[in-house]
Parts: sequence; structure tokens; C-alpha cells
Amino acid sequence: MLDKNGIAKRIAKELKDGFYVNLGIGIPTLVANYIPEGINVVLQSENGLLGMGPFPIEGQEDPDLINAGKQTITTLPGSSIFDSALSFGMIRSQKIDLTILGAMEVSEHGDIANWKIPGKMVKGMGGAMDLVASAKNIIVAMQHVNKAGESKLLPKCSLPLTGVNCIKKVVTELAVLDILPEGGFQLLERAPGVSVDYIKQATAGRLIAPEDTPEMKFD
Amino acid sequence: MINKVVAGADEAIHDLKDGQTLMLGGFGLCGIPENCINALVRKGIKDLTCISNNAGVDDFGIGLLLQSRQVKKMISSYVGENAEFERQLLSGELEVELIPQGTLATRCLAAGYGMPAIFTPAGVGTEVAEGKEVRNFNGKEYLMEYAFEADFAIVKAWKGDTAGNLIYKSTARNFNPVMATAGKITIAEVEELVEAGELDPDQIHTPGVYVHRIFQGVDYEKRIEQRTLRSKNP
Repeated sequence: MLDKNGIAKRIAKELKDGFYVNLGIGIPTLVANYIPEGINVVLQSENGLLGMGPFPIEGQEDPDLINAGKQTITTLPGSSIFDSALSFGMIRSQKIDLTILGAMEVSEHGDIANWKIPGKMVKGMGGAMDLVASAKNIIVAMQHVNKAGESKLLPKCSLPLTGVNCIKKVVTELAVLDILPEGGFQLLERAPGVSVDYIKQATAGRLIAPEDTPEMKFD
Repeated sequence: MINKVVAGADEAIHDLKDGQTLMLGGFGLCGIPENCINALVRKGIKDLTCISNNAGVDDFGIGLLLQSRQVKKMISSYVGENAEFERQLLSGELEVELIPQGTLATRCLAAGYGMPAIFTPAGVGTEVAEGKEVRNFNGKEYLMEYAFEADFAIVKAWKGDTAGNLIYKSTARNFNPVMATAGKITIAEVEELVEAGELDPDQIHTPGVYVHRIFQGVDYEKRIEQRTLRSKNP
């Protein structure tokens, strides 16, 4: 079973040289720590920055330079800054190669719910609806089951949707799964020490799970 | 040269009235028009509809307008950092319309570009789409979203000149340029106001034609919401 950093590390293997990538808040942010050597990616922050650098060292934080999580950050050589409309313009026109974001639920048809729990305080969707509606390649990083032990990989989302039929890949603490165009979760890899049976029990949606599914490999 | 300069925030907002709709630039607390927000609190006008990506924090930014109960409705994409906001929302004192961030930005852009509506895929198949026209282009569905109509747009820039031209700094740019184009009256507060001719025309982000009133702000706090640091020794 993976921890949050393990999920981030596994997702980082999906990065390809030359990718422009948008990382959501939470586990996706950690992916930046595991970008493989020799792979150059440019991180987009949807408040208006391409080429997001690491957090500043003390004394060099700039209140005018933050990321979409409102954290102080830095720029890198080659960075560019733009307004919010252009930021979502490049998202909508699919200039961003990969979007990685968290979710509360994902359905076997690639629907995602990650912004609202009815009856609880609603904070808003931020840029998530724009991202999932337009991105050509979306990976969801999340826990396989919720705190109550219920599967978050479902036949149909029960929470209000963020986007429909848009998620292609899910990485959890237990597994890497593709979502098939015809519907269903295709198990691709198991987390170290996790059995296929265990993943079957943790997945409520339709699961195609070959008995010989390999374990994830980390270098 | 047309001179857009006013003395300060109080003069800039002097004719803003109860019940009007205003855009406020900024992302979180970054690039918000601090001086004008303080002036709005001083003026005490009420029942405002505020279009802004966020709603500030309890004791800063738009949170100050919420504290003094001056806001009737917020139109935002993310409002998570504000306990007073939550209290007013749950008690029914405050109306809130949550819309996708890109839709928010592009509805401002449409207003400034003279286009009545946009088509965006954001929100198709979700509750955001309820009651909205859906159009199919090349096999993909899009929602029709209308350009905003705002009585005032209030933005913050880094530098400006007496002709109203604006330059923003770093990610404090965010929603400011699109909102600057979108107000019936646009007010810009700047950290440094210079004479027309002192800014390089090639470097202007917002042309002065969009800006009706400009002044040099004072006492910028520029509060940081999430101070995140890395250690000096990697």
C-alpha cells in the first residue's frame, strides 16, 4: 500500500519530456517533488503562471507571487505570467498536456465529483470544472476508499459532478487503473504487497482485474 | 492627454451606490484593491453584488465588507477561507453564486471585448449547467454564459500613468486586467502613479481607454495567505 508520497511518485512516472502540466491541490502538488531525472516539464498555476518554481527561502517570499493554492512560490528561467482569462484559454484550447487532480468520487464512466458535499459548507469548484471539461489527459490522485471504508471508485458518482466522462486514469494507494472508453476500471498495476482480491473488494464500480496484474515498479 | 487622476480611494468611489454590482480584482489576497475596499467600508454602502474570484479572509480583503454586512451577493469560484462568509451563507444573510474560475474570467473578458456571451465546456453535465443553453460544436457540448454587467470594476495594478495605462506585477495580475476592461466605470489603484509618457507603451497591460479613474494607493499591507518556504540547505 502506498502513502501519499508513493501515489505522487507513481504518478510522476506518467510525466513525459516537454509536458505542460497543471497540478491540483493536495497529493497532486507532491508530484512536483518526484519529476524523473532527464524529464523537463513546465508546471502551470491557473492563477496565471507557467514555470512554477519551488517555494522561496525565508526572506525571499513575495506576496505578489503565489500559486493557485495561495502559497508563496518562485519563478524559474523561462517562466511567464499572464491574466486569468488567458490562463484558462490555454487550458480550454488544450495547450496543457496533463492535468493531475484529486477527487472524492470517480465513476466507471470517467465522471468525477470533487467540489461539493450537499449539506456541508460548499467552498466552490475553483478551476476544477474548467480543467476537467477541457484537458485531453487527466489523472486522478486519490485514496481508493473514504474514511468510512467505502469505495470511491463507483458505478455512478453519488455527489454533485465536477465533470462528465473525462477521467482516463486513476492512481490510488492500492492501484493504477485506466477507465475504459466503454466504461469500467481496467486494473493495470497493484501497489506493492496489495493483492488483486483486495483491490476487487475496495472497488465498487465494474473492475477488470487480471489475476496476473503486475506490481508497480519504482526505480 | 485626458487626465484620469483622482485624489484617492474615497473620491474614486464617491458615486458608488447601494445595490450596485462591482468587480473586485485579485486572487486570494494577491493583487486586491486594498485602498478601495477600505473606502467602501468607510462609505458604508450596502446590498452590493461583488464579482470576485474569492471572498477574502475574515479580517482582510472582501472579508472586511462581509464583516460590515455590506454584501448582498457574492459571485465567486472559491470562497473557502472565511468563517464569517460561511456564517452569513448558512444563516441566509448572504447569497452566493459559485461559478467555474475560467468561466468567471472569460465572462469578464467578454464584457471588455464587447461580446454578449461565450461558450465554454466547463460545467456541462453538472448543476452549473442547470437552466443554461447548451450548444453542440464539432461533437462537443458547450454552455452559453453571458458577459458580466458591472457598474464598477475596481482593480489594483503595480504602476499606472495619468492617462490610465496600467502595468501589473507578477501573479498579482490575475483577474485585474480582464476586470479592468469590464466595468461601466473602472477604478484603478496603483502602487506607483507616474506622468503620461513615463511608461513604455510596449509594456502596458491595460490601455488607459478602459480606465476612468486612477490614484496612487497608500499603506499596502499585501498580506500573505499561505507563507510557504523551503529550507536554505537542500
